[in-house]
Amino acid sequence: MALLQIAEPGQSPQPHQRRLAVGIDLGTTNSLVAALRSGRSEPLPDAQGRVILPSAVRYHADHIDVGQVARDAASSDPLNTVLSVKRFMGRGLADVKQLGEQLPYRFVGGESHMPFIDTVQGPKSPVEVSADILKVLRQRAEETLGGELVGAVITVPAYFDDAQRQATKDAARLAGLNVLRLLNEPTAAAVAYGLDQNAEGLVAIYDLGGGTFDISILRLTGGVFEVLATGGDSALGGDDFDHAIASWMVEQAGLSSDLDPGAQRQLLQAACAAKEALTDADSVTVAYGNWSAELTRAAFDALIEPMIARSLKACRRAVRDSGVELEEVGAVVMVGGSTRVPRVREAVGALFGRTPLTEIDPDQVVAIGAAIQADTLAGNRRDGGELLLLDVIPLSLGLETMGGLMEKVIPRNTTIPVARAQEFTTYKDGQSAMMIHVLQGERELISDCRSLARFELRGIPAMVAGAAKIRVTFQVDADGLLSVSARELGSGVESSIQVKPSYGLTDGEIARMLKDSFEHAGFDKVARQLREHQVDAERLLEAVQGALDADGDRLLDAEERLAIEQQMQDLRDLMSGTDGVAIEQQTKRLSQVTDAFAARRLDSTVKAALAGRNLNEIEE
Amino acid sequence: MAISMTEAAAKHVRRSLDGRGKGEGIRLGVRTTGCSGLAYVLEFVDQPDSEDLVFESHGEKVIIDPKSLAYLDGTELDFVKEGLNEGFKFNNPNVRGECGCGESFNV
Repeated sequence: MALLQIAEPGQSPQPHQRRLAVGIDLGTTNSLVAALRSGRSEPLPDAQGRVILPSAVRYHADHIDVGQVARDAASSDPLNTVLSVKRFMGRGLADVKQLGEQLPYRFVGGESHMPFIDTVQGPKSPVEVSADILKVLRQRAEETLGGELVGAVITVPAYFDDAQRQATKDAARLAGLNVLRLLNEPTAAAVAYGLDQNAEGLVAIYDLGGGTFDISILRLTGGVFEVLATGGDSALGGDDFDHAIASWMVEQAGLSSDLDPGAQRQLLQAACAAKEALTDADSVTVAYGNWSAELTRAAFDALIEPMIARSLKACRRAVRDSGVELEEVGAVVMVGGSTRVPRVREAVGALFGRTPLTEIDPDQVVAIGAAIQADTLAGNRRDGGELLLLDVIPLSLGLETMGGLMEKVIPRNTTIPVARAQEFTTYKDGQSAMMIHVLQGERELISDCRSLARFELRGIPAMVAGAAKIRVTFQVDADGLLSVSARELGSGVESSIQVKPSYGLTDGEIARMLKDSFEHAGFDKVARQLREHQVDAERLLEAVQGALDADGDRLLDAEERLAIEQQMQDLRDLMSGTDGVAIEQQTKRLSQVTDAFAARRLDSTVKAALAGRNLNEIEE
Repeated sequence: MAISMTEAAAKHVRRSLDGRGKGEGIRLGVRTTGCSGLAYVLEFVDQPDSEDLVFESHGEKVIIDPKSLAYLDGTELDFVKEGLNEGFKFNNPNVRGECGCGESFNV
């Protein structure tokens, strides 16, 4: 018999219509699955009562280990045991090789750009490895909840780009999970604390994990979270605290610094245990071999102070990038196991001038928020008062226009899902094809933005420049995935692309791109103006040259023609330079000296059209 | 006429109410629906209705409307674990037939 859960008043589900949905935090180090049961969102434990599943997969010839067993085997079977696979998601082979020489895996290139890890079970892509982790969580959830899942909300870092999100979605599909939504991790944490129920406000999410630090500044308006800024340090985390204690032990005990790996692991384990004990205790005894000493919390705080300072610096930068003041931040949410360290809480509280939210287990808060969102998306809330949480596009989407400029079609922080269309036209007479170059970024020049995809619209009927109407539609679904279509409105020729971007963005690049756009705003504006003036000038030069070729001999005397050609040459000379204002002025000058010529051409065309016809014919 | 809870059920009700932060107790009830005619209702109660009957079991309130009581009289609410799955189970002496999954029944 099915086991029942307690429902909210008036919300008992129809029999056989409980729609089971879960939230999954697919983390670099650890993963969790959570669900709403009896009105509470809580992580689901495995048969041994453990809620955390280490994100480790070990491949044997005939089976797969996932979790703690796999992690324990990492040093004995490094080639077949994959850790931290999240760092490879949506990356190209070249990027992965750049990540670090010290990775033990044998990478092989696949048919796509994806890196494959060679194991005893053959090459495995990061997507497959992630799917193996997700399968275990899915199975746990189905056993625990007693039925098949309708779907899952899976969390991703706010700075994940399209490729990384797509890879995550692919992994879920491979694991047999229906993705209700990909949700930004900081947004999930804010939802866990019910902050989405507030009308508006600024929220800072301080996420200090084992190996990475992320800070996100979110703005809530009418139930919508916008990511104002993200920042962090991909090489800062609780592991560094362990290393700090271990170094202190080496120093105090007078040990040689080049210990063998076994001794090093022992030392780090002792250090980690000491760190955890100091969360509640004021002092702890650390021992290694015959040596032992007392480590006080004050001494520990001093050891980690430089690392905390680094994280606070990133916080200040993110707040500055958001264009807000520290005092405006209304809530600070702590995420990640390392935020249990009292000194971390204290320092973050002091920076923002308010006590951070810590009541929900910082290792679980992201999954808990995702589960709440999953329950809503699965349609289990029937009171109607529940706002559907919306997410936003982290970086603007657009396309390349003449002169290498980025034309934004969907601006950053637009809520998704969204579809936007914009009309473009041809640049040259008789142009029959158009290259659509899809870009993501905040900068004005395409060379500073990220190229997502290119496709061509062919078969545009021959028309004069500017007569064709090409409607380009950008569509972003609820998971932030993009498709672009182009259609020539006269003939109906159409072409489209589902953006599966060329995998290959380096760590934190989204964040960096965003930052650059703020820092280079002034420079970009000048660069854009210059390109615009250059494009205008080119267009005019082309038009004048065409007119000269057609009617120059007939309508101009030698002196007039020379004057025009002189101005054209001056403009050409200026165009290779960077003085936008001079180009603009010279373009105007050329336009002025050709005014009379243009008027004469018009007259002569009209005369030709009227020649030999009487008034009645013309009026018809 | 009475409704009761096992100790395990009462404990879990307390835990759920604490976690939720509010609520008087839980409501047991039946609705006419489902593949075998009737379905159980199990909900939190913030405000009992005037005609509701209230039973206490292991310190927790079980609230039920008089119409549902006719179908549920003598029922004991239990909380059980089956593998990883856990939840409430109605031990209802009035039931003559259940659908396969036990979510709905007839009397």
